Amino acid sequence: MRITHRAVKGALATAATVVLLAGCSTDSIEEPTEASGDDAAQEAGSEEQSEFFSAEDLATQDEQRSATFEGDEATPWLQYLDGEMTDTSQYAANGAQKACFANASISNPWRQTGFITMQQQLEVLVDEGVISEMEVRDAQDTDETQIADIDYFIDEGNCDAFVISPNSTAAMTPAVERACETGKPVVVFDRGVETDCATTFIHPIGGYAWGLDTAEFLSENLEEGDRVIALRILPGVDVLETRWAAAEQVFSENGIEAEDFFTEADPTRIKQIVTDAINSGEVDGIWMDAGDGAVAAVEAFEDAGVDYPVMTGEDEMSFLRKWEETGMTALAPVYSNFQWRTPLLALERIFAGEEVPKEWVLPQTPITEDERAGFLEANEGMPDGHYAKFGGEDLPGFPDAWMDR
Amino acid sequence: MSAPATTPTGEGARRATPTVPAHSGGLGRRISVGLVTPGGAVFVLVALLLVAIMLTNPNFTDPGALIRFVGRTAPIAIAAMGQFYVIVSGEFDLSMAAVIATQVVIAGNVIGLEDSRILPGLVLMLVVGAAIGLVNGLATTLLRVPSFIVTLGMMLALTGLVRYVTGGAATGNPTETFRDIGRSGIEGIPVLEILPWSVVVLAVVAAASAWLMRRPFGRTLVAAGDNPDALAHAGASLWWVKTRAFVLSSLSATLAGILLVGYAGVHPSVGAGYEFTAITAVVLGGVVLGGGRGWVLSAAAGAFALELLFLLLTALGVEATWRDTVQGLIIIAAVALAARTWSGVRRPRAAPSEPTPEPTPEPTQSTTEGDR
Repeated sequence: MRITHRAVKGALATAATVVLLAGCSTDSIEEPTEASGDDAAQEAGSEEQSEFFSAEDLATQDEQRSATFEGDEATPWLQYLDGEMTDTSQYAANGAQKACFANASISNPWRQTGFITMQQQLEVLVDEGVISEMEVRDAQDTDETQIADIDYFIDEGNCDAFVISPNSTAAMTPAVERACETGKPVVVFDRGVETDCATTFIHPIGGYAWGLDTAEFLSENLEEGDRVIALRILPGVDVLETRWAAAEQVFSENGIEAEDFFTEADPTRIKQIVTDAINSGEVDGIWMDAGDGAVAAVEAFEDAGVDYPVMTGEDEMSFLRKWEETGMTALAPVYSNFQWRTPLLALERIFAGEEVPKEWVLPQTPITEDERAGFLEANEGMPDGHYAKFGGEDLPGFPDAWMDR
Repeated sequence: MSAPATTPTGEGARRATPTVPAHSGGLGRRISVGLVTPGGAVFVLVALLLVAIMLTNPNFTDPGALIRFVGRTAPIAIAAMGQFYVIVSGEFDLSMAAVIATQVVIAGNVIGLEDSRILPGLVLMLVVGAAIGLVNGLATTLLRVPSFIVTLGMMLALTGLVRYVTGGAATGNPTETFRDIGRSGIEGIPVLEILPWSVVVLAVVAAASAWLMRRPFGRTLVAAGDNPDALAHAGASLWWVKTRAFVLSSLSATLAGILLVGYAGVHPSVGAGYEFTAITAVVLGGVVLGGGRGWVLSAAAGAFALELLFLLLTALGVEATWRDTVQGLIIIAAVALAARTWSGVRRPRAAPSEPTPEPTPEPTQSTTEGDR
């Protein structure tokens, strides 16, 4: 029996879960911005599709892909791009401080992996006497809940610092501003907000870089006129829209015929969409805005008995394993999961009064076929929902903490 | 209220023949009358959509592609037949999608990679499915909570449970042997190349459903939706009939879940939206919401019509984002149409002009539309 690619899982399972809940939940249904586990782009959460595209941001991220990062490559979670720094001398503190973490959710494997890494990082800092404890509130993908969580922290949390992973961009802005008004350090990471009041905003390069990396790879490995099926989680999420916006531009420049479909990360739908596409004509490439359900897409080719496509997935173990097993031509773009370590390490610096980047841009490098074997080996025994670039190998509890989830 | 349900060889029919004709007209006329009912028209719709798809996409004329389509539509058709039992008895089952998600997660966590756990896992899933249906049914009938609320609560409870267990993300796929039920089939079939197991399961479920609806249980079930008071006066145990309908619905969802794990893999979103798709399919199959009218196989045909319609929309390049809109409009239009046309094909009440004093021995002549 071959290795079972166990999980068709989703960087963006949230979306689907929300849909499940949305059917009848009495909570108001938030804008779908919460659906992406891995987003970073910080542009305003605009409602119009056309407004998702910013040529300026695309150019910036295009440059950042090849930029040189400050710091040691061995610890990419501490690397950053040269730029404005925040003076934190006012926050210098003696003794262990209490951190309060308002988390958007842990409803997809990307966030679950990252949260484990964060907890292991916390253990180190607690042992070092930097942080006394971290109180966590999980907003379960709901804006209202996260606003309440942040306000609770402000009023009753007795917090010395706030760490916020926003559920959505626009809706969370006022709450983040209220946290800033307390005069305590505020660390925002992953998705952004429309205010620069935070002490530092941590995120990997972003969605445009993802779109460029992936679409360029497909274009290089395909011929002009070839057909690519683009599997997208859902519309209206800025960071997913930027991935697609950049990719779509590259595809049209290279004469690749890309058709995009929304899957809600549901493997059933992914498989149906790909099967229908195969039935209507040859499919040469698969592009995904997140690797969730990548295995279902590959299985559609197997079940139809046609050749494997050229494909881009994500650095999720299920995809890396399926990629190796099939020998297909593929690329695993990365939305750096190791960023979950950075917020607590940023707090360590802030409490020491050391300056931190105002916008802390982390490296974001795809995994190529040559590097695949190394990552598979390094993550052997990890569950399918684990992310290869989780960056926690040197933390206590490795590997069991990530293995038994 | 009655309809051409029985074959003239049945005992009831033989006795009733002098006063109540079992059928008005011959076979050909019965078919033509049936086709203009919503329950029959859906088969015409399926045929039309199939032709339309074959015209837009010649690849679809390939028998292999066709049978694979039947295979992947099997879970939703099975779910629709399960929903049929509940709807025809005058209730709703909104917990279907959550049951599917629960079963999918059970399959992933309990069966895992051990082939030896497939059988115990299957048994567990069926027991869980039956238990959920039992709770839905008993709460609806004995506690008299509207089924809409009961199954809504069940859906939220199960969704929360799945979310708790999985954190909202996928766990691992179960062993390939188990997944083969929904993913592979009997190979080497002439013309078709492959006969997916899901098609076999669908055929068995369809046959069993058609049989069941002709049994006293089926007749009573339809009567329960049509006129529960009359049924209660007639001495039938309404609560047990309806409870069994809920159990059948949950078991159908379980079956759909088993097939979906094979087809797609484990993910908490598997089955998402199935309750509404199943209800849409049932309505499209001409089953009257509120109960008392409809054919079980029309519900399955409704599922096929719906999936073919979506396929056609995709083939025509309509954005998938319109899918929900289409589904919503279909529900409204189908209900509106069904209400009109069913009344149009009722047999004139004149036929059994004088009320027969002796009741027919079987409820076959009572209130039901038999399935065909």
